[in-house]
Amino acid sequence: MHEIGALSPTAWLIASILKIVVAFTTVMITVAYMTLLERKIAGWIQDRYGPNRVGPSGIMQPLADGLKNIMKEETLPKNAARFFFVLAPMIAIIPALVTFAVVPVAAPLPTPWGLVDMVIADVPVGILFILALSGLGAYGLVLAGWSSFNKYAFLGGLRASAQLVSYEVGLGLSLIPVIMIAGNVTLTQVVWTQQGELGLWLALPLGLSFFLFIVSAFAETSRLPFDMPEAESELVAGYHSEYSAMKFSMFMIAEFSHMLTASMLMATLFFGGWDIPFWKGDDMVVVAPGVVQGAEPAVWKTLLTYAVFAAKTMVFVFIYMWVRWTLPRFRYDQIMDLGWKVLFEVALAFIILIGATMLILDKIGIEYGPVYGLILTAVNVVAMAIFFWVVDRDRVISGASARRGWRKERRGGFTPIIPGETAPRRPTAVEPEAEPAFAQAGAE
Amino acid sequence: MAIGVKVLERPRGTTSYFRATLKGMALTFRHLIDTEKVTLEYPDEKPELSPRWRGTHRMEVHADGRPKCVACGLCPTICPANCIRLVPGEDDQGNRYPVVYEIDEFRCIFCGMCQEVCPVEAIHVGQDYENAEYTRERFVYDLDRLMAQDHPVTELWDPSDPLGQ
Repeated sequence: MHEIGALSPTAWLIASILKIVVAFTTVMITVAYMTLLERKIAGWIQDRYGPNRVGPSGIMQPLADGLKNIMKEETLPKNAARFFFVLAPMIAIIPALVTFAVVPVAAPLPTPWGLVDMVIADVPVGILFILALSGLGAYGLVLAGWSSFNKYAFLGGLRASAQLVSYEVGLGLSLIPVIMIAGNVTLTQVVWTQQGELGLWLALPLGLSFFLFIVSAFAETSRLPFDMPEAESELVAGYHSEYSAMKFSMFMIAEFSHMLTASMLMATLFFGGWDIPFWKGDDMVVVAPGVVQGAEPAVWKTLLTYAVFAAKTMVFVFIYMWVRWTLPRFRYDQIMDLGWKVLFEVALAFIILIGATMLILDKIGIEYGPVYGLILTAVNVVAMAIFFWVVDRDRVISGASARRGWRKERRGGFTPIIPGETAPRRPTAVEPEAEPAFAQAGAE
Repeated sequence: MAIGVKVLERPRGTTSYFRATLKGMALTFRHLIDTEKVTLEYPDEKPELSPRWRGTHRMEVHADGRPKCVACGLCPTICPANCIRLVPGEDDQGNRYPVVYEIDEFRCIFCGMCQEVCPVEAIHVGQDYENAEYTRERFVYDLDRLMAQDHPVTELWDPSDPLGQ
């Protein structure tokens, strides 16, 4: 126990305002640079350089983009529902920017005026607050699609409503095991569980949950391969087809900050938050205002843990972009299938499995700690193996070349198609009767 | 489903989704760290043009600064896009010269027939493509402008054999 001393009400107010300003600025700058990073990664993956004209290796590109978006003309479709059309980007951006408030970003900071915990609002309903607010983000998309008076935008909004609501289920259910193990929904407590009480990052005992969470989070943020609301090859630009300039930019900021929130959540819930692995020096938690349990807080520890947290978050942001430039978009019914027929059931089954295991462990009196976590890890590994084995065999999407061998396989024995060899033709209902006319003409 | 959607039975056991995803991710990652880029950094680095590239026109000039054109009228006749305007004139010695010679580069289809048909090798299509302008009027090149062009000409015309003999 370390008594640092609580902040006075005035100091608390000043500290809170400072934290809000710093966090907001950091998030906005990060989001701006994420747009650059995304384009850079797109470029690198496609063997290009990415934007590199504005400033050294394109580092000022977000400024140029921002300036362009501010200077551009704001268009308003003639038949759009004006009020909702203007309201939609605001509804989209506000929940996206509010969710950062509950994420602890670093170890508590000792100051001469008392202990400052590095989270804007350590609300007791942490995870629920995030789920509730990110659910609100769907309204912005739906409203934008609805009010634009454009059929593509409307379809985008429609898809957004169905997809985001469906995956909210998977997202929520995949977090239940986290709440069960942590015994708390406050994010600071979840971090403390991982560093102190359990001593394991939750990705180990709850790997399957993490997988379900990452898939649902991709869908929730409507990023590829789940970007049905946008689907530029089908719906022009989806729900924001009719938006230009700053309103469009607000949708983009909302999307990227959702992505950042989701990455922060992955880091916080499953990868220890700001915890530095294999080091006891940063294992601390605020138990009462100004009182820290565990290691002694220090300014350098705060900075170090903050850097670790940022690094972890950026890893997930990178995975987001990496996946985006790898996988093609799902078909709409496949998305619904995946959400309702796979993620939902698997999440429920995993809750039961983890719940049962915890119940048994409590009954036979194994103490809550690393051993407890390792037993859960073993259970999780088995569950993951079964899940991946079943899903990998069953949900297959293949090219036409693989399909040629498949008929044969069902009739008995699969013969692989050797390159260069003529593949067995699939039997067709109607055999072509005559050679095409041009083939005959060519023979003569 | 209300509309007839053809639902294919999927092959099982032959291909996978997770493994294919991981393979795809590995492939994109290899490209991500690959330092070899295919980008041509255009304003700094120009593409190599084919010797037969046909771009904006250029009028050849005599040593004393007169255009080589003799206003024979073959190029406006042959031009399939009808983009050349020529008003011929004659001086005291009976030499024909173009009073007006204009090419509308917007109408031009860069077929190069004007260059082929020219008996005195005066008009050429050139190896040039950077011809942006601020107004449409600027795309009608007059005689002075055509004479002022200095980009290399297309190699339909052999410089070692100027009269094609």
